[in-house]
Amino acid sequence: MVPKLLTPEQKESRMNICADILNNTDTDPDLLDTVTLKGTRFESVEAVKAKVTEVLNQLTEADFQLLSAMEKSYGAVAKSSTADAMATNRSGTAQRPNGSAQGKICQFKLVLLGESAVGKSSLVLRFVKGQFHEYQESTIGAAFLTQTICLDDTTVKFEIWDTAGQERYHSLAPMYYRGAQAAIVVYDITNQDTFGRAKTWVKELQRQASPNIVIALAGNKQDLANKRMVEYEEAQTYADEHGLLFMETSAKTAVNVNEIFLAIGREIEEAEPRTYPRTSSRRPGGSGQGRRLAEGDTGAKAAGNCCK
Amino acid sequence: MDEEYDAIVLGTGLKECILSGMLSVSGKKVLHVDRNKYYGGRVGVNLSSGRAFGAPPPDDSYGRKRDWNVDLIPKFLMANGSLVKLLIHTGVTRYLEFKSVEGSYVYKGGKISKVPVDQKEALASDLMGMFEKRRFRNFLIYVQDFSGDDPKTWKDFDPNTQNMQALYEKFGLDKNTQDFTGHALALHRDDDYLNRPAVETINRIKLYSDSLARYGKSPYLYPMYGLGELPQGFARLSAIYGGTYMLDKPIDEIVLGEGGKVVGVRSGNEVAKCKQVYCDPTYVSDRVRKKGKVIRCICLMDHPVPNTKDALSTQIIIPQKQVGRNSDIYVSLVSYTHQVAAKGWFIAMVSTTVETDNPETEIKPGLDLLGPIRQKFVSVSDYYEPTDDGLESQIFISQSYDATTHFETTCLDVLDIFKRGTGEEFDFSKIKHELGDEEQ
Repeated sequence: MVPKLLTPEQKESRMNICADILNNTDTDPDLLDTVTLKGTRFESVEAVKAKVTEVLNQLTEADFQLLSAMEKSYGAVAKSSTADAMATNRSGTAQRPNGSAQGKICQFKLVLLGESAVGKSSLVLRFVKGQFHEYQESTIGAAFLTQTICLDDTTVKFEIWDTAGQERYHSLAPMYYRGAQAAIVVYDITNQDTFGRAKTWVKELQRQASPNIVIALAGNKQDLANKRMVEYEEAQTYADEHGLLFMETSAKTAVNVNEIFLAIGREIEEAEPRTYPRTSSRRPGGSGQGRRLAEGDTGAKAAGNCCK
Repeated sequence: MDEEYDAIVLGTGLKECILSGMLSVSGKKVLHVDRNKYYGGRVGVNLSSGRAFGAPPPDDSYGRKRDWNVDLIPKFLMANGSLVKLLIHTGVTRYLEFKSVEGSYVYKGGKISKVPVDQKEALASDLMGMFEKRRFRNFLIYVQDFSGDDPKTWKDFDPNTQNMQALYEKFGLDKNTQDFTGHALALHRDDDYLNRPAVETINRIKLYSDSLARYGKSPYLYPMYGLGELPQGFARLSAIYGGTYMLDKPIDEIVLGEGGKVVGVRSGNEVAKCKQVYCDPTYVSDRVRKKGKVIRCICLMDHPVPNTKDALSTQIIIPQKQVGRNSDIYVSLVSYTHQVAAKGWFIAMVSTTVETDNPETEIKPGLDLLGPIRQKFVSVSDYYEPTDDGLESQIFISQSYDATTHFETTCLDVLDIFKRGTGEEFDFSKIKHELGDEEQ
């Protein structure tokens, strides 16, 4: 397989991700112990940086593997960028090149729903980037974000769709629900109305989405429990009655954020262990039958001009 | 709604959604409104509401209603055409999946034949006699090697001043060959092109063969779940870049200020202020004129089109002259494999520009190719174009969707409107840069 070279922009964005990891390593020196590459331990952050730079400059497939191994060892919730690069490079094969040879990669489309300003984007931002902004702008300008988590020997890649504000005037397109395997319906525990709206969204999902979608209910802003208007028990009862996962979360303090995504990942795994072919990286969001278009796609070129 | 916007877009048809996306990406504050509860206007709707034709509700043999997504305006994407470029450059392609259309056919003397696109197919085709085949092959080689920048490839022919008729004559192609070349390869709707510079037609044939080379089988692509996905994708792009969306919002008035320039849009008691309005003709009946009529007939069938090797998707072009008309008849077929119909079902569409008082008779040659039809819906709609370029009023109006079978004219209209509205060409690089970031 010929490795694809990255564009300068892609290179830079991957460089930034590595910098991110390394910055965290600075604040938590113990993390350095978890970074090993091909059995080599790194003595200092500088040494890791040097290796990263070297890898990025060469960018062969072997290097992607190194990077991936490095990110994987960083923690259960790994940054997904190199996994992305690898997935596109090795279209279809699901074995992780390094480490767990039996590892499976599953990709899922997850949609967020809930009233404006309950913290949908903040939850994603916390989960994907580990960040929180007190005054999060109402749109985050991303088509969708991806995040990969590891569950035992399975790698679950979430393709997370934000409403992009289209929920505000009930103008979400059917496309949004299409092919979603999971949904998080978010409400604000300090606002009873948003809980009522959350119930409406659950109904909407049951009407519009695929019948076996995994739905999680998130009571967000758990850090503001002193201003609570929605009782935990009330939400739990509702969730039980409707077969939803339920947690109270806080994007601000990170409480239950990773947990709710992990729980969804497990639920999908358990609910439909055989529905999705385990050895192929299934494209989320789609039917798995069509093709996505990309620049430089040349498909059946040879067949088209065979007698040139 | 009572806010101020740079632009208000009315209607969520494909053109308006692309414009909305492009404007938002360019940093404009956009409000996008549709009087209907659903996206898409007349391009692609879900049959479940039955709203399109007032037809009786389908019975159980048609499967679940939610399985149907019927386009009201049948079109395919050219795999190497401008809409695909727009989709890729804007990243909207990531929300969509496509399938290649399996067959491309042309009608001659009462039967259909595969459209020959390369030399091998030209030699095997039953459309031409043996000597004609050789001439056509030479013509294809000429087109393939042709480069607009390199006069050496023009071979003593000036494609910019000499017309297409002259090029046909240079290669000695007969009327029949001219017919399918002009209509099934270059996709011209009538014969006006014969008198225009040949370069235009050469480039169209190149688009056809480049598109074909991209994914094989045929040059056409069709989105899973139907064309309605396209406006939704661009609407999402617009929303992601800050566009505000309101469906189910009636528009009562476009408010004009000094000098007839638009200042806002009124819905009931609410007025949204704006500097510009972009809309489809249905929102401004006093600013458009009728240009013609298009008839479209949607046929639900439980089998593929006969004589197409059971293709699950097909396009058939009936060149005007073959049936004594002035404009071509288009037949397109998609099926359950595109998630637009319940299992086992096919949707054929026959369409053309109306020329007589009895449009249903006009499409008969198309219907006759289909075999038994279970259910038929006919609609005749007026085709509108704006009466002015919108510069004075700052109201920019798109043209209605024409009878063409692909989106090339659609994109030209959109890019032209964008240029008129913003005074600049759309800068694709703007988006690509940002995409790098969000891919993280």
